[in-house]
Amino acid sequence: MRYIRPLSIEDAVGQLAGSAGPAAILAGGSDLLVRMKGGFVEPELIVDIKGIPGFSDIRETAEGFSIGAAVPCAVLGENAVLKKAWPGVVEAAKLIGSKQVQGRCTITGNLCNASPAADSVPALVAAGARAVVAGPSGSRTIAVEAVPTGPGKTSLAKGEIIEAILLSKRAARSGDAYLRFIPRTEMDIAVVSAGVNLTLDEAGVIKAARVALGAAAPTVLLVEEAAEALIGRKLDDAALERLAKVCSGACRPIDDKRGTIEFRRKVAGVLAGRAATTAYARAGGK
Amino acid sequence: MAGIAVSTTINGDAVEYLCQPDEPLLDVLRDRLGLTGAKEGCGTGDCGACSIILDDRLVCSCLVLGAEAQGRRIETVEGMAHGETLHPLQQKFLEHAALQCGICTPGFLIAAKDLLAKNPDPSEEEIRFGLAGNLCRCTGYDKIVRAVQDAAHVMKQA
Amino acid sequence: MNFDPRYANRNFASVGTRPIRPDGIDKVTGRARYGADFNMAGQLVGRVLRSPHAHAKIRKIDTSKAEKLQGVKAVITAADLPDLTDGDAAMYDILDNCMARAKALYDGHAVAAVAAIDARTARQALKLIEIDYEVLPHVTDVDEAMRHHAPLINDTIFTEGLEEKPAKPSNVTKRSQFGHGDVHAGFGAADFIVERSFRTEQTHQGYIEPHACVASVNLDGTAELWVCTQGHFVYRQHCAQLLGLEASKLRVTSSEIGGGFGGKTHVWAEPVALALSRKAGRPVKLVMTRDEVFRASGPTSATSIDVRIGARKDGTITAAEATLRYSSGPYAGSWAEIGAMTAFACYKLDNVRTVGYEVLVNRPKTAAYRAPSAPMAAFAVESAVDELAKEIGIDPVDFRIKNAAQEGTRSSYGPVYGPIGIGPTLEAVKNHPHMKAPLKQNQGRGMACGFWFNFGGQTCVDLNIGMDGSVSLAVGTVDVGGSRASLSLVAAEELGIDYSQLKAIVADTASLGYNDMTDGSRGTFSSSMATISAARNAIKILRDRAAQMWDIPVEDVIWEQGHAVAKGDNYGNLGKLSLKEIAAQSGKTGGPIAGHSELVADGAGVSFATHICDVEVDPETGATRVIRYTVVQDAGKAVHPTYVEGQYQGGAAQGIGWALNEEYIYGKDGRLQNAGFLDYRIPVCSDLPMIDTQILEIPNPNHPYGVRGVGETSIVPPLAAIANAVSNAAGVRMTHIPMSPPRILAAIEAEREG
Repeated sequence: MRYIRPLSIEDAVGQLAGSAGPAAILAGGSDLLVRMKGGFVEPELIVDIKGIPGFSDIRETAEGFSIGAAVPCAVLGENAVLKKAWPGVVEAAKLIGSKQVQGRCTITGNLCNASPAADSVPALVAAGARAVVAGPSGSRTIAVEAVPTGPGKTSLAKGEIIEAILLSKRAARSGDAYLRFIPRTEMDIAVVSAGVNLTLDEAGVIKAARVALGAAAPTVLLVEEAAEALIGRKLDDAALERLAKVCSGACRPIDDKRGTIEFRRKVAGVLAGRAATTAYARAGGK
Repeated sequence: MAGIAVSTTINGDAVEYLCQPDEPLLDVLRDRLGLTGAKEGCGTGDCGACSIILDDRLVCSCLVLGAEAQGRRIETVEGMAHGETLHPLQQKFLEHAALQCGICTPGFLIAAKDLLAKNPDPSEEEIRFGLAGNLCRCTGYDKIVRAVQDAAHVMKQA
Repeated sequence: MNFDPRYANRNFASVGTRPIRPDGIDKVTGRARYGADFNMAGQLVGRVLRSPHAHAKIRKIDTSKAEKLQGVKAVITAADLPDLTDGDAAMYDILDNCMARAKALYDGHAVAAVAAIDARTARQALKLIEIDYEVLPHVTDVDEAMRHHAPLINDTIFTEGLEEKPAKPSNVTKRSQFGHGDVHAGFGAADFIVERSFRTEQTHQGYIEPHACVASVNLDGTAELWVCTQGHFVYRQHCAQLLGLEASKLRVTSSEIGGGFGGKTHVWAEPVALALSRKAGRPVKLVMTRDEVFRASGPTSATSIDVRIGARKDGTITAAEATLRYSSGPYAGSWAEIGAMTAFACYKLDNVRTVGYEVLVNRPKTAAYRAPSAPMAAFAVESAVDELAKEIGIDPVDFRIKNAAQEGTRSSYGPVYGPIGIGPTLEAVKNHPHMKAPLKQNQGRGMACGFWFNFGGQTCVDLNIGMDGSVSLAVGTVDVGGSRASLSLVAAEELGIDYSQLKAIVADTASLGYNDMTDGSRGTFSSSMATISAARNAIKILRDRAAQMWDIPVEDVIWEQGHAVAKGDNYGNLGKLSLKEIAAQSGKTGGPIAGHSELVADGAGVSFATHICDVEVDPETGATRVIRYTVVQDAGKAVHPTYVEGQYQGGAAQGIGWALNEEYIYGKDGRLQNAGFLDYRIPVCSDLPMIDTQILEIPNPNHPYGVRGVGETSIVPPLAAIANAVSNAAGVRMTHIPMSPPRILAAIEAEREG
């Protein structure tokens, strides 16, 4: 087993591509070290990406924001501009683990861990976030929902790493929100969750919407029908009821130690409604 | 497997050690450096008993590799008191009996120190959520929260 | 020596104050040494291989590859722990639990162990051990295990306690029954009857410190064991018996203990560590992982309980009965029996009957957990009591007051009560402002009572007075939550000196006589009794030495406020001699001054509590928040009130976790699915409100200061108090613990749909 700390993205990609055995990327380590401790993974190579220039930065660009792959979630919460533009994404990122985990975990890691219950992913999907992927054959940008392909599985090829997550510039009268259900008040994995991102017109009518559900299917669900239920309306009781019904219906959850199929279905609808209400208010809707 | 040489700073002192690539910093602190104040309650970041401060960030040392500490600054419970003077949090934990068995205490003290550094005047709710990453099974948290409130009060006046 | 333990009213100088505990500085500076904080030169790392199967015959274990791995110094299996229990069935079960012999009986059951030069090598070696299992059908559910065609866990078990010896073996190891009067007639006289079935899931004590020890066996048959335990003398007995060592040659030192709550009352890994050390010829450190703690240590029983209570219109209970089924893991236990004893202990009943069944399941061996078995029984009974009050139309507190046991009541489990606190705690609750505070929408209030026996037992204490007048107190009950402070207060009280002059320690097994472990809320009760006795013995010597110094008869010397005083008019000019002055001369007056005591502390004095709880339930998600909580409990006499409050709060918090979220979840494959703090959800700081406490002091007549145990009773009422609160908030009676959000939401939906 080797631990390396490359200082360039080329070096990181080269080392990952050239590793003889399984290789692991280390940013915050809050998933990787747990899996190593449990004996579930035994990487031949650990690539610590925190030394790569830019990987630990949040940049404001002409297009919006670029969040480096090694930026801890605690740092997202401390970035006032980002928090103002994408409060739902930031609140989702801030729900991962404890204060201790917040100091280490990253939204890129959360995405690549590919858990259906990942907290930041529904919010990122609702936000239409994109991932910049570097690899042996160059760089590409893909929608975040294209990264996880199933529990613990991603579409990334050997040697590929995500270098940053991109969030677009905020349109006027936009708001997002994320809510999850957990049995305790902290420290739990989401039993089910919902991210909602809305843009309104001047009259408060929803003109764009994205609704994503977590822990409701093998990967995070982008529920197009839920968006359709909202677009062209104000967020009145009828719209909320329709949203809840559509979201409950869209779920394909499982029974497990964290919840039942029935519970997840019902609560997915409840959370979507509540998240939509917050997002609507944040967008200035009344 | 070759050991990795690491130079770091712990409680203000320059420290060097060799560690394995997959060795958690917690194991380095406890088994190589004799700093057993940080405890392993779970090894998976769920209990906070191994909390330390790494470059001004509160982290679980079980979720950090020893190799990652190169060139960084570590604070542990062993560095909280100065000479014969306890940190106000340590003093208030004693006065309020904020510990019964005491195994979670080092982690709580470090987490509370980090909390008060970032928020010197926290509400009860902020304390409770700020310390939610630290499990205590003995106290029901009541006396811990009171001790932190009292320490915050004392530290503001100092 | 004659020691009179009877209560005598007095004014206290030290007892009842709140000084800082003597072990406090070590614990806030990180210096205190717990189980895993100790090392020996040349020590090896021990690791245990555990069964992945819930029930499997072990056909063959091949350790040869592991033994050949470089750095491996010993590999052991059950063959290295031969059966030396000589017909002691309980010890045999402990042995089999430490290392499976013929069968693996639960997911996590130890089957082999290694000692190697480091953790990595030990882990690799475990992977090289080959085990040929024959997987057998398993059963993990308490009710299913009682069915006729359930997989049989032990075919030598025939249910005890039946009138006729059964013809076939069964998973029910024992039936027990308690009660008096004519239950049938009692129900006949009732105007209202409530009958319900309840279930509680299995929980773990959840101590933050995993089991840990360092064992060193020498070639000459002596051995040392450093271990986190609630009873190092008990661990010495267990280990000596299981390894064939002489007890006095095995020195056991108790480390600081990072929580036990009953879970560190018998051995798990310690005999394994000793056997590894014996085979390797080197010290071995063995520390469980959190996964191992959940899979292989601890848990309490899962239960299934039926309750029936009848009452007249005026609120008098006419009859009560309960059938209680408790899982005990794969080994025989007496958990249902204890539940059956405690179930109706709060009440004065003419007609009562409880029946308990001990049930084997393929889960870890059930261990004690804080007032073991009582919380589940109280949940069922106190829920039914609440419902019955509602049906009669009487206030639930008044209903309980009307039927509460009192001095002279014959308890449902047999004995006649002395002075007890159930009535006073209920009166205090009735008058508590919490009961009158307004509630908002979706909020509900519940209250419930709880009982625990408390224990006394064998105790030994040494009190040594240094020549500088400082006093060391060596006790043998492990300090789990501040007892060194309370025992120092008691010694200071008795000697009449300042608390700061004392230092209390927990002595190892070679330095003090036998002590029972810290369980049954006995630590402060029994060791304070022995401390008082030891101090009184020391005072006799102090008086004698003062008499020598003054050259007067010892009968004329009395002990007052830390001083020898010559009594009588003849000695007007003698002044007083302080303990310090007498100690300074001890070398010339007969040598060291010490007080010793060994006794069996009888008459622990039963304990009662009543709790009040407010919750808010989200009707759309079933999420519950505890928004206010109050504990009222009788302490007899609170020696260190802050630590008494701490016991009340801690028990309540554990009960809240049990009531709402904590449970062992097994898959169909019989494997534990949530063996970690992530999914075994103990309360975090933000889950709880402040927990208010009210200490009542109804003196225990069998203790010089009136002390009763306080550690356990506080976990008995919460399950029921919260269930009553949630039922009131959600508008539906909750009968299954934990009341997790899916269960609450399902109950609300079912009620809505009728």
